[in-house]
Formats: sequence, C-alpha cells, structure tokens
Amino acid sequence: MWKFFHKLASPPHFYRLAPRFVLGFGVVGCVLIGWGTYAGLFLAPPDYQQKDAFRIIYVHVPAAYLSMMAYSIMAISAGIGLIWRMKLAHSVAAAAAPLGAWFTFSALVTGAIWGRPMWGTWWEWGDPRVMSELLMLFLYIGYIALRVAIDEIGKADKASAVLALVGAVNIPIIHYSVEWWTSVHQGQTVVGGKMAPEMLQPLLLNILGFTLLFGAMLLYRVRTEVLHRERRSRWVKAEVLQTVGAP
Amino acid sequence: MSTPLQFPRIGSGVFQLMRRDLLLAIKRPGDVINPLFFFAMIAALFPLALGPDIRQLAAIGPGITWVAALLSMLLALNSLFLNDFEDGSLEQLILSPQPLPVMALGKTVVHWLLTGLPLILVSPLVVWSYGLDDAVVTVMLGTLLPGTLSLSLLGSIGAALTVGLQKSSALLSLLVLPLAMPVLIFGARTVSLAVAGDDISAGLYFLWGYCMLALTLAPFATAAALRISNE
Repeated sequence: MWKFFHKLASPPHFYRLAPRFVLGFGVVGCVLIGWGTYAGLFLAPPDYQQKDAFRIIYVHVPAAYLSMMAYSIMAISAGIGLIWRMKLAHSVAAAAAPLGAWFTFSALVTGAIWGRPMWGTWWEWGDPRVMSELLMLFLYIGYIALRVAIDEIGKADKASAVLALVGAVNIPIIHYSVEWWTSVHQGQTVVGGKMAPEMLQPLLLNILGFTLLFGAMLLYRVRTEVLHRERRSRWVKAEVLQTVGAP
Repeated sequence: MSTPLQFPRIGSGVFQLMRRDLLLAIKRPGDVINPLFFFAMIAALFPLALGPDIRQLAAIGPGITWVAALLSMLLALNSLFLNDFEDGSLEQLILSPQPLPVMALGKTVVHWLLTGLPLILVSPLVVWSYGLDDAVVTVMLGTLLPGTLSLSLLGSIGAALTVGLQKSSALLSLLVLPLAMPVLIFGARTVSLAVAGDDISAGLYFLWGYCMLALTLAPFATAAALRISNE
C-alpha cells in the first residue's frame, strides 16, 4: 500500500499510470452524470412549490460542492508540498486551482439562473452563500494571479502554497461572517432527509459523477503539468521519442 | 580557557529594529501622511457623488469610513518591506540569528503605528462630518482599533509574498482583499448596529478574537513568505 503511494509520487511513474485512471474516472463519471441528469430532468417529479425550476440543483449543488472540494485538495496538497517538499503535490495544487475556479463560477451562474424565478432577482447581495462563493472565486483568482506573477516555478509553488494555507484558515471565518447576515437562501435539504427519494437519487448520482469527472480532469491536468515541468528531463525525451518515433 | 560564544539575547533585536523603522519614518513623513490624505479624500468622494443629503450620508457613513480605512491600509501596505528589500537589509534580517517571526511582527507593529493609528485618530472627523454623534464615534474607534491591527497583520503576509515582484500593488490588493472581508463585515456592521441602537458586543468580541488569531498565526506565515520570496 505505502509502496504504491511512494511510487506514485515519482513523476515518470505517475505520468505512465495516470491515463488509466483518467479514462476510468472519466467514463464512469460521464455515465453517472448522464444517468443522473436524465433521471433528474425526466423521472423526478416536479417540486410542489418550485415546479420544474428546482431541477437546476442537479448541476448547481455538485458545482458548489466541488468548488469547496477543489480548494481543500489544493490547500492540502500545497501543505504537503511545502512540508515534505514533494514535487508532485505542487503540481496537483497548480492543476486544481483553475478547475476549482471554474466550478465556483458555474455554481454562481447556475445559482443566479435559479435565483431569477425563485427570488425574482439574478443577484442577491444579502445571501450568505452567494457571498461565500463569490469570495471563494476571489481567493482562487488571487492564488492563480500570484502563481502567474512569479516566474521561477519553485518559488511560485512555495509562495502560492503559503497563500493557499492562509486562505484555508480564513475560509471558515469568511463563511461564518457572511452567515451572520440574515439569510434568504433555501435551507439545506440534502442531509436532513427532507427531500423525496426520487428527487434525491439523481442528485447523489450527479454529485458522484461530477466528482469522478473532476478527478479525471484533475489527473489529466496534473499529467500535463508534470510533462511541462519535467520537459528537460531524460525520461520525457525518451517518452516523446517512443510516442513520436525516432527522427 | 575559552569563553563561550556570546549570542545576543533572543528578542533583543526586535526593539532595535522597531526603533530604526520609527526613526526612518520620522525622517520621511510622506509615507505616513499620504495614506491619511487618501483616507480623507475617499470620505469626501461619496458626498460629491451621492449628493449632500445628511440623512442618507448618516446611513452609509459607517460603511464608507470602513471601506476608506481598508483601502488606505492597503495603499500603505506596499511599503512595508519594499525599502528593506531594495537596500538589502531584509536579506540581512533573514540571515540574522534573531527569530524571523518576531522580527516580522515588530516591523508590522511599527507599520501599524505609522498607518493604522493615525487613521484611527483622524476617523472621528469623518464620522462627525457624516452627521453621526459621539456614541458612534466611540464605537468606530473601538472597531477600528482591532480591525486595522488585523488588517496590518493579514496584509503583512501579502506584502511578504509579493515583495520582490514587479507591479505588485494590484496583485497585493487581489491577495489581501478577500481575506480582509470578515474584518470589513464585522467592523462596518457593528458600527451600523450602534447607529441603530442595538447590542454591539458580538461584533466587538469577533473583531478582538480575529485580531488575536491574526496576532498568533500571521507572523509565522509572514516569516515563511519572506524566506520564500528572498531565496
């Protein structure tokens, strides 16, 4: 078990192993998303208050959940990279940030589309979750901007890792300080079992599916990142020669 | 018999450093005064843009004062490590046997004395000019004290991360502003609650708690960031 992880941390080994996981996660993820979305749009009954408008949760909730998940992955791997100086961990953090930013953006957009029929407005400044997501997006943008601003890759890794950890300490504080406002957002209904099972099932399928798809995209991006970072190394040259064929 | 090596006592360096920074600031007062004028100007912009209706100004006054304070703290932040970085004394500071988090804390506290404290002293003028009474001024002072201190500490992390970079001031705002949101929310809302005559203890507890957390953790993050950007 430990040997597997130790080997995984070596860039060439990861590079050769990743495609299998990308393919597996990607295929299973897409099947689950297809199934969940079909069930959510056609099989689940309309909500007695929101009618068909509630169906956007099948995209909105997974996106919002993954926006937080991506930040945790980013912060944890940044910490691992900073403490144990593991090169691959920094690649994971670098690859997770743009994905997380996109999921945050999608959560905000789908939330706005949902808000239009429900609250009568595209954008509700007074809602704590809208504000948390918006600040989350700003945190991602700051992280990416810091990475872009530093030319030397080792320095960019460490500086952005410090920022990711400081952000991770602050996220709960930011979350609860915007929660302090009066809320107009729907309360959580997923965990409490207040949701009808035929509505809940597609949501869980989609959450799992989007998570797997995120995993596939993350591994793909990490693989590209590794290839870029190790572009001067011998094993990359050998790998390229093998793929392209000797000149 | 050889005498053991004499190291200066840990922590003795930080007071020397603070004294030096204060002296440098007295010799060059522009760095202290400019953010203050910036603060006053932002406060003057809103009545010009929104019209001089005093009831409207009283309603938005607490928020505007806090935003102006946040922005002028950010403006001043850029200079926290910049001069020391340019003349190389920051590198000496990192190489010295004195504990870097303590030194970073010392520099941040001096920076707060030079930017945060004058701002607190000027803020009653802004609050009065917006037509708010003395009770609100007291609460404003009470929230700005832990608030600006937290902003200086948070900002020192950002300043340390961006110190060697070109065109760092826009980047610095991008890094620090989202982190500073809780301070802004609680600071401005607490003063608004005071205007409405509500209980304000929760906000003050939060601000002081946040300030203590920042005081405990931020110097270590700043020290780590300084080492990274100077390697």
